[in-house]
Amino acid sequence: MQENENISHENNDDDQHEHAHDDNDAEQHTHEHDDDGQHAHAHHHEESFISKYIFSLDHKMIGKQFLIYGLIMLFVGGGLALLFRWKLAYPEKPLPFIGVSQQYLDDGEVVTGADKRWERIFDSEKEEWVEVNMPAGVMTDAFYNMLFTMHATIMVFFVVVPILVGAFGNFLIPLMIGTRDMAFPVLNMLSFWLAVLAAIVMAVGFFVPDGHAASGWTGYAPLSADPQWTGVGWGQNLWAISLLIQGFSSLVGSINYITTVINMRAPGMTFFRLPLVIWSLFIVAILLLLAFPVLSSALALLIFDRLAGTTFFTTTAEGGGDPLLWQHLFWFFGHPEVYILILPGMGIASELIAVNSRKPIFGYHSMVYAMIAIAFLGWIVWGHHMFQSGMQPGMGAFFMTTTMLIAVPSAIKTFNWLGTMFKGSIRFTTPMLHGIAFVSMFVIGGLSGIYMANTPVDIFIHDTYYIVAHIHYVVFGGSLFAIFGGIVFWFPKMYGRYMNDALNKIHFWITFIAFNCTFFPMHILGVGGHRRRISNPLAETVGDVVTQESLFADMNIFITMSAFTLGFAQLILVFNFFWSIYKGKVAEKNPWHVTTLEWEAPTPVPHGNFEQIPTVHRGPYEYSVPGEESDWIPQTQPEPAPAGGGD
Amino acid sequence: MIHSELELSENRPLSNAKLGILILLGAETMLFAGLIGTFLVFRMGNDLWPPLSHANIQLPRVVTGINTVLLIISGYTMFLAQRAVQNDRVKDLRDYLIFTGALGLLFLIIQGSEWIQLIQKGLTLQSGVYGGIFYVLIGCHAVHVLGAVIWLIIVIGKAMAGKYSSISYTGVETCTIYWIYVVALWPVLYFLVYFA
Repeated sequence: MQENENISHENNDDDQHEHAHDDNDAEQHTHEHDDDGQHAHAHHHEESFISKYIFSLDHKMIGKQFLIYGLIMLFVGGGLALLFRWKLAYPEKPLPFIGVSQQYLDDGEVVTGADKRWERIFDSEKEEWVEVNMPAGVMTDAFYNMLFTMHATIMVFFVVVPILVGAFGNFLIPLMIGTRDMAFPVLNMLSFWLAVLAAIVMAVGFFVPDGHAASGWTGYAPLSADPQWTGVGWGQNLWAISLLIQGFSSLVGSINYITTVINMRAPGMTFFRLPLVIWSLFIVAILLLLAFPVLSSALALLIFDRLAGTTFFTTTAEGGGDPLLWQHLFWFFGHPEVYILILPGMGIASELIAVNSRKPIFGYHSMVYAMIAIAFLGWIVWGHHMFQSGMQPGMGAFFMTTTMLIAVPSAIKTFNWLGTMFKGSIRFTTPMLHGIAFVSMFVIGGLSGIYMANTPVDIFIHDTYYIVAHIHYVVFGGSLFAIFGGIVFWFPKMYGRYMNDALNKIHFWITFIAFNCTFFPMHILGVGGHRRRISNPLAETVGDVVTQESLFADMNIFITMSAFTLGFAQLILVFNFFWSIYKGKVAEKNPWHVTTLEWEAPTPVPHGNFEQIPTVHRGPYEYSVPGEESDWIPQTQPEPAPAGGGD
Repeated sequence: MIHSELELSENRPLSNAKLGILILLGAETMLFAGLIGTFLVFRMGNDLWPPLSHANIQLPRVVTGINTVLLIISGYTMFLAQRAVQNDRVKDLRDYLIFTGALGLLFLIIQGSEWIQLIQKGLTLQSGVYGGIFYVLIGCHAVHVLGAVIWLIIVIGKAMAGKYSSISYTGVETCTIYWIYVVALWPVLYFLVYFA
């Protein structure tokens, strides 16, 4: 009975599918796509430009859309960071290139090069905006607040998650588990376009009166809940609305991922034959599914506070709400979110390291269980963000203990990566360099995390540049290096061409060195007492308080120079990326000699992925198996008959 | 396109659609967990509930209790609708679906009229955290009931058109799962909010 039902659903779905395609065909007979003639399955349909590249239902195209979306937002978020880095190094000097002079603002007299550029591009209405945010070309404190808030918001919600989960998840899951597409292709498309809508709403916030959200990416109440504290009006509302939309996007995406991994695996693809990157994406989809709705509830309450006159997060004379409640809700989402940012990076690094060490991943099962443990512990550590918030002190001890427990599965993973590389035939390809960078930077970021988990230490380094260094070592040194490595590694499968390796190596080394020059000194700043979110480190006093930050002026200049190097180095990657799509060397089917299923599909991967759904016979990391001639055995290769086994 | 891969479905205890809905319910649960957690924080932080400024407010326990019973009955009739389609009793399916939808609408109408009375008595969204969390939490559930009713109307339309039979009723099944979730959530909120 049950089986009959399933089969009939299949037929139903199928009919609808066919129907949609037939419609397309009727409309678009003129478009021919001979170049992807590798379609093996019987029902091949030509697709129009719009249905192929814009409103595509194909998981590979949606993955590429997410990738390009994320790369664009990476430059927006990175650009904001460079702007406020200038302020931190030279708080009183006009911004280079775009900071217009006061004469120009006063009477339109062109004095500097920046004036000329501004004159050429914009009309006078825009000058009011400049007058408010950059009088005489110098960034105001309020503008600085907005910039660092939006830098983090964009990097977390619009760069790292869309690339790691949206792009790699979409591209890799169906290919690596051996199926034709996601379980719900329409929801998949919806997920992408909701993310685009969220980005548009977020972008509009820059241009509303009173500027964009300025209460930090954490949006702590009452800063965020009551406009009187930051002076921000609709910017903060749009920030919340945009994140709500992004929440819907994540929700439909994660439903899709979980269903696909549970229901659509190829014959023989058991859970413990899944590549680790699929495991990581599966776990992250569960985290996203369960964590984001909590943020959504908090954002809804925040919007009510701002627009409907409720007092959930502000205190009033008659009692009112609780600002700490926002922190609890936010970090109950926020800490799983931190693992959402790093777990797929761990998965990608595992692939890169195993493939390029030509060895099975060391301790496959322990890698999986470690990820599950990290995901589970992620739910009970949120209070470590709130040691200084005035929450009940006894809770601090609990959160300190659970937080330090996370070091155990993290260390298991780190030693497993080292064990994988140990005595391997390591190929120092660009993806491998990124993989090694991931592991080493993750170790630094992870260790600084343990320092901060100690409540007594945290009293000292809380809200200093130490935390800024920590988060960037994990999210840039970890996630972004994994993203770069993953892009180079899977590029031949995505676009059927290689990226230019010389450019990739240059990009890697500049990025690696500039990254460490940018963020390592921040540890020293933090321990020295340089507070985070200070807009003018040269000020001797703020109010009545004598500040320490001016002692670090030279280091701030060094960091800013490194940050600009780091930022501009990314242009190499982007140039290489787009140039290689059209001009790169044509790639063969399995250039890195990888065992997993995505490399069994033809290159470029046709609609429907596989000529025939593969059958899986072995685990994902069969490299350098003793007694075998080849140093890699595809997952699809059957086990030899038992009688002939042995030697 | 997938004809040759029917064997794929062999090891699936749940169809994609059913599994997808169940996963969605996980997210819904966390959404309500956030709001219920907020409610509990406010409730435990205030000895006087409702606070002195709204001491005259008495939430309509009896009417809402009756409403609760109505909703639970609708959950049962929805279950009967699914049983009917499983046994190919197509007419029963339509009747039960329509009855269920009517109960859902009645629930919303009664709750709406209660809200109007409460607002007239002076309990509004701006009545401190007491009024705020009452309207947001109960309202969030009401929006879910409304969504479920709209979904049910679509299912009724399809049932009228004769789209369901004992071998093809995924649409009824997924809607039933969602409906029963929304129904089962309500008594929790009722006892928490009206009796806390």
